[in-house]
Amino acid sequence: MRWQRKDLLALEPLTRDEINLILDTAVPMKDIIRRDIKKVPTLRGRTVINLFYEPSTRTRTSFELAGKYMGADTVNIAASGSSVVKGETLKDTAKTIQVMGADVVILRHGMAGAPKILAETVTSRVINAGDGTHEHPTQALLDLFTIRESKGSIAGLTVTIVGDILHSRVARSNIWGLTKLGAKVRLVAPPTLMPPGIEQLGAEVFYRPEEALAGSDVVMALRIQKERQQKGLFPSLREYAKIYGINQERLALAKDGCLLLHPGPINRGIELSNTVADSIQSRINEQVTNGVAVRMAILFLLMGGGKGETIN
Amino acid sequence: MKLLIRGGRIIDPAQAMDKVTDILVINGKVETVANNIEAREGMKEIDAEGLIVCPGLIDVHTHLREPGQEHKETVFTGAAAAAAGGYTAVCAMPNTDPVADNQTVVSFVKQRGINAQLSRVYPIAAITKGSQGQELTEVGDLVGAGAVALSDDGQPVMNAAVMRRALEYTKLFSLPIVSHAEDKTLSAGGVMHEGEVSTRLGLSGIPALAEEVAVMRDILLAEATGGQLHLAHISTVGAVNLVRQAKLRGANITAEAAPHHFSLTHQAVDGYHTDTKVNPPLRTEADVEAVIKGLSEGTLDVIATDHAPHSMEEKDVEFDLAPFGLVGLETALALVVSKLIRPGHLNWTQAVTLLSTNPARIFKLPGGTLTPGSEADITIINPDLERTVTKELFKSKGRNTPFDGWKLQGWAEYTIVSGKIIFQRNSKEG
Ligand SMILES: [Zn+2]
Ligand SMILES: [Zn+2]
Repeated sequence: MRWQRKDLLALEPLTRDEINLILDTAVPMKDIIRRDIKKVPTLRGRTVINLFYEPSTRTRTSFELAGKYMGADTVNIAASGSSVVKGETLKDTAKTIQVMGADVVILRHGMAGAPKILAETVTSRVINAGDGTHEHPTQALLDLFTIRESKGSIAGLTVTIVGDILHSRVARSNIWGLTKLGAKVRLVAPPTLMPPGIEQLGAEVFYRPEEALAGSDVVMALRIQKERQQKGLFPSLREYAKIYGINQERLALAKDGCLLLHPGPINRGIELSNTVADSIQSRINEQVTNGVAVRMAILFLLMGGGKGETIN
Repeated sequence: MKLLIRGGRIIDPAQAMDKVTDILVINGKVETVANNIEAREGMKEIDAEGLIVCPGLIDVHTHLREPGQEHKETVFTGAAAAAAGGYTAVCAMPNTDPVADNQTVVSFVKQRGINAQLSRVYPIAAITKGSQGQELTEVGDLVGAGAVALSDDGQPVMNAAVMRRALEYTKLFSLPIVSHAEDKTLSAGGVMHEGEVSTRLGLSGIPALAEEVAVMRDILLAEATGGQLHLAHISTVGAVNLVRQAKLRGANITAEAAPHHFSLTHQAVDGYHTDTKVNPPLRTEADVEAVIKGLSEGTLDVIATDHAPHSMEEKDVEFDLAPFGLVGLETALALVVSKLIRPGHLNWTQAVTLLSTNPARIFKLPGGTLTPGSEADITIINPDLERTVTKELFKSKGRNTPFDGWKLQGWAEYTIVSGKIIFQRNSKEG
């Protein structure tokens, strides 16, 4: 099968085959990262722009490395809110980028739907690097890759996502990705951080981690932001850690060999205890490496890779 | 000035009339409604066979944007849009810039309406100075300048004590207080209905509760004070139930619903279409059914457009950044016919009651009936005409409609104010 879409905006519209194509393509990419000289000429002469309206060193660096390893020229633009204040709209910015001749634009934006506006405005390919509380498809793809790498397959697994589901684009993308590949998804959060109607995306809702963890093959903890407490969504970080923090006792409720994931950066002692974060069950470091491989695969596919081109 | 409308189906709920007959207008007033009125020299004739002739439609909830935001709409373009939609009168909300909280702005809007010589324009004045929700406006002056109601629409009066005083004080003038019922502490940050769709799209939700808590509060305040409360744009199951229960208790309140709230659900927001961003937001299927039931059983008294024009530039942005509001004057009637009458939720008498009789009665406006001697404000509707909504053809400056491209049936053929034809459908436009 070949990649047909212009852009990668979300996992919701993707088919199982499209997701598998990305994951399969990421396997040889990971081999490249393991080499001494991590550079292939596949995207030589291509320009990739990282357009970040929200700061995120991790995601930006991951995309930047992915582009560089593929031989592309990568440029970072930190847009922040300032251009909006100056009256320049996202569409204006998009047109500027278009005339600069970017082949791919990677957009991180604080508002849901922004990548769709960009994709409809420019002929460049657009990758959503996180839009508001909507989706973060590449993060979910690296999670899927990491799970598949350890477990061999996704189908039939039970994956429990713990934390601020309400504000999590990572959770939404993972629900789509995991369920399309045949996994069961359980969500655990305080009721105030559980968005209404989330079951209709195909996940099961729990408020107590003990119930959700039983029988889980994978546990994914989400980062909790201190501002949510200030907004009164839960009483304190201390109480959150006590009820929802993943520690050894809680992780022991899951299946033997259960994997632990976290999109990072971790608030140690809150979402995860130090012991579990550094345990052999943790795949958190692997996630970072796999993030680069998955993003290389996406750049490769979006730039027309797979039509007999080799990656060597 | 004589106008003879021949052979139309006259529907006038105020005199319990639904029959095919003629109507004669002389000097801006309805002269007679009778069979086989003889045409005389100098009479203009309209052949209304197959058409519906009813008292002119009155929109009690229109945003005209002048003064201050004339790039969105002016009194003139708004009145032209109203005429094209079959409305002989509109009530203009006061959230202009400056706010219509003083005689000058109220008289200005009124005068602009008169100058336009199209649909009548009745100003609504603010409840509080600057619509800030704190100090009452000088109601006596505002009424003197032509205000027909008070509202801080766009904003709720969050302070219950202020709302109480407003409802009490205006008893002096028998003036309706139009409530934009929204508890800001519950809706804060929301951009669409809170539910499965907002969750999927990652947009912040406005819960149904934000409306219901405020509706309940205002009903209690109205019952306690005896003030005249009119609840704007009711959109949820719970709010319809609260209005129904209050009326069963005998509360003297009225309520309206907007066409988009019985024609669309929150599913329409999918794809981040900013023309679907409206406050109160598009709700669920169950809410749509409740609004329709509320209209059909008379719990909701009025269909009002909440016509809220915005420029293309303002709407052509990220969903979070776009302003709330859609334009409704030119699609309302066709939505009523297509979504309520044709599916059998309402008959024509009910529809005319909701679009004309009740608005005139509640806001104490001329029109709303075709009884001899009354103002000859008349709408003639072709119930079978099918047209595709084409926003480029709107008379309104606003193009922010989610109905563009919809095929709808039932459009105004003539809009007549004081016996003068202010709109006649161009056959080329279809
Ligand atoms: Zn309102
Ligand atoms: Zn309004």
